[in-house]
Amino acid sequence: MIRIAKRTDLTKLQSIKMRIAAVLLALLTAGIFILVLGHNPLSVYGAMLVGAFGNLYGFKETILLTIPLVITSLGISIAFKMKFWNIGAEGQIFMGAFGASFVALNFPHLPKPLLLLLMAVGGILCGGIWALVPAFFKAQFGTNETLFTLMMNYIALKWVTYLQYGPWRDPQANGFPKIADFGENAILPKFLGIHIGWIIALVLVFAINLFIHHTKKGYEISVIGESENTARYAGMDVKKIIVLAILLSGGLCGLAGMVQASAISKTLSVDVSGGIGFTAIITTWLGQLSSPLILLVSFLFAVMIQGGAYIQTVFQIPQAAASVLQGMILFFVLGSEFFIQYKVFFRNQSASELTKEGI
Amino acid sequence: MNKETFIQLKNITKTFGTVVANSNINLSVCKGEIHALLGENGSGKSTLMNVLSGIYTPDSGSILIDGSEVRFNSPKDSIRMGIGMIHQHFKLVDVLTAKENIILGQKGSLFINQKKLSKQIKEISDRYGLDIDPDKKIYNMSVGEKQTVEILKVLYRGAEILILDEPTAVLTPQETQKLFKIMLKMKSEGCAVIIITHKLHEVMEISDRITVLRKGEAVATVDKISTSPKALTELMVGRPIDLAIKRIEIKDKELILSVKNLTAVDDDHVKVLKDVSFQLSKGEILGVAGVAGSGQKELCEAIAGLYPVAGGEIFYENENIVGKNPREIIKRGISMSFIPEDRLGMGLVASMDMVDNLILKEYQNQKGFMIDRQPVKEKALGLIKKLDIKTPGVHHPVKLLSGGNIQKVLLGRELDSNPHLLITAYPVRGLDIGASYMIYDLLNEQKAKNIAVLYIGEDLDVLLELCDRIMVLCDGAVTGIVDAKTATKEQLGLMMAGETLDPLEGGVLID
Repeated sequence: MIRIAKRTDLTKLQSIKMRIAAVLLALLTAGIFILVLGHNPLSVYGAMLVGAFGNLYGFKETILLTIPLVITSLGISIAFKMKFWNIGAEGQIFMGAFGASFVALNFPHLPKPLLLLLMAVGGILCGGIWALVPAFFKAQFGTNETLFTLMMNYIALKWVTYLQYGPWRDPQANGFPKIADFGENAILPKFLGIHIGWIIALVLVFAINLFIHHTKKGYEISVIGESENTARYAGMDVKKIIVLAILLSGGLCGLAGMVQASAISKTLSVDVSGGIGFTAIITTWLGQLSSPLILLVSFLFAVMIQGGAYIQTVFQIPQAAASVLQGMILFFVLGSEFFIQYKVFFRNQSASELTKEGI
Repeated sequence: MNKETFIQLKNITKTFGTVVANSNINLSVCKGEIHALLGENGSGKSTLMNVLSGIYTPDSGSILIDGSEVRFNSPKDSIRMGIGMIHQHFKLVDVLTAKENIILGQKGSLFINQKKLSKQIKEISDRYGLDIDPDKKIYNMSVGEKQTVEILKVLYRGAEILILDEPTAVLTPQETQKLFKIMLKMKSEGCAVIIITHKLHEVMEISDRITVLRKGEAVATVDKISTSPKALTELMVGRPIDLAIKRIEIKDKELILSVKNLTAVDDDHVKVLKDVSFQLSKGEILGVAGVAGSGQKELCEAIAGLYPVAGGEIFYENENIVGKNPREIIKRGISMSFIPEDRLGMGLVASMDMVDNLILKEYQNQKGFMIDRQPVKEKALGLIKKLDIKTPGVHHPVKLLSGGNIQKVLLGRELDSNPHLLITAYPVRGLDIGASYMIYDLLNEQKAKNIAVLYIGEDLDVLLELCDRIMVLCDGAVTGIVDAKTATKEQLGLMMAGETLDPLEGGVLID
């Protein structure tokens, strides 16, 4: 009989080894898949790396993908730290982009620094409020935030679609359903060839790390995540802290929306997010809610996405096949988390060797 | 003894990683014998019994039943050999009847012959003197009745060897007596009964032979008639220990807490506190006795501002604190530490380290946005030294510490905050004897500092020795407040079962 027991004894090194093994196993399995498609796995993998790092263009693309992933993941990590399962980052990105666009389109002639600052504030506010709605209902009526935040994504998406096809449609776009491009002042400047979102992301990694580990509010969020009862017992104002943390979580996702709208789309569109809000859930989790790890994982993810896009064109592999590759890697890496936390064994081996309970 | 040996455990060794839970343990139990397994927490009692009931497989050693060696791969194997274990936490389905619980999980034909079944259960009940209505739903039963169903369940499965894991922990003294009667009946029917406990007076009352475990080893097996509680304690702890708890006299009585007609209802609108009234003076220890779940938790939480109060008043230093939030109550110097069964519960954050746990209430007094952990780190090191907390370091998650050490962290933090009123519930839950006496000393220290202590306890003997007065709760209501110097265990037991004490007859009721 197969039994499963929780592990308690795994060292850091062992768990890192396990994760590396998972990636290798994923590459091996995906290699078989590539062989079936008629390509040499090694050259395909090599090409992925070339696509992500091989030239300046590829590297820039990778960084451009990393920036919103990092900012969004940091936002999600704050909610997750509190065990508030915010699946609504996608919608919060949309609403953040909407808030930023509202400022950009209505006050295009403000001086650049002021306009960008106001856009960021607009993005953070809209994203934050979008996250606060499900938080309010959870606090008041005990609704399920996972479903609620998920559904809020679709409302946000349809809201932007409505704007794009309706009231905000650019009459000068030759009948194209698109919103007018931002003015020059509403576009993030570049530094070292890449828009300054990368600086924002790096600063945020540092700031959020500091916030969670060294401030009172960060400490309170960690305590609430562990046990709301304990937080109440310690005299914390649980509701107030939840509201603040969720505002911050949604606000960061909204900021990612502002960055994307300003630097990438240069307007508001239904493609402004491109699924980052969902990918970021995975990077947050794999990064174990730790800011530095989130940075690393987001970068690796961007490499995988960018490399996947590159091999499509080089090897004429259909897009779906590239997605299958990504899916396989994810499957193994996420699967390894199970084996890191639990040990599977057979009955005759006896449970007692594995658990330390009940001495 | 000239009785026939029934079970024999030979050189049982069981290790978990580097921890040796059982080391070369030998134990033999005869037919018609009540054998007590005595030892402190972590001495290996439960591991040994889990080996015998097939939950664990020993690393080495053998089990002999009726002289022939057996090997258990699962609890099913041991049930087949006639071994039945009654766990501390009942494994019953609340919405089913006693009868349905008894046959649950049994192989049988598609249809159940209700009549035959009822007859069988009746037969077993009569034989062992169990008194239970087979058609009563579990949720309508008292704790004692539930335990009887558990016993009936294993007897129905043909058990001849009964293992009871701390069976009296949840019972009133009267229910305990009932259980002992059942055990004696089983003994006379030729069953072997093994009882795991750390209560000495029960061991002396019920058992024939006693095996004492210490740190995974069986240090001695003695006949009851040739031993004493003092000797047993020395065997358990490994050194002589003074079993007396001192009681310091209260200097001058000055009222600090006065609870008047306190009433509270739970989420299902059931009254969990009914018109509770009592008073507490500075430098006094007021004990609270009662069967588990009689409203102790709600009372503690209501005073700490964590449980909504439906009616009544709580005057603390002449100020009604009902409706104040927990923060305000902490600021006034009321400290509450409730040790729940899992020992972590609401007082500590399980996955955080000792520093982060010590800072839990105090961090709000720091200035600014940031938290400075350095002074707390030093405090943690101080506590480790003072209370002899065993931990690899101040940054080790508290959930990985042993139960006793977890409690020391919690109580240490609460005492360190210099409270005026200390509410402490089950502070010695699961602690070994040495550590328990250290806690009693700590409480007496607080008393000497003129701190009022509300002590919610389990062990009536300790309550009688340590406290100045004892309040008894039953089903959320106060059934009496008695002077601990003159009260008896029997009185407390009756009050725990719901009898209000007649002040004229008892003569010890204190207002």
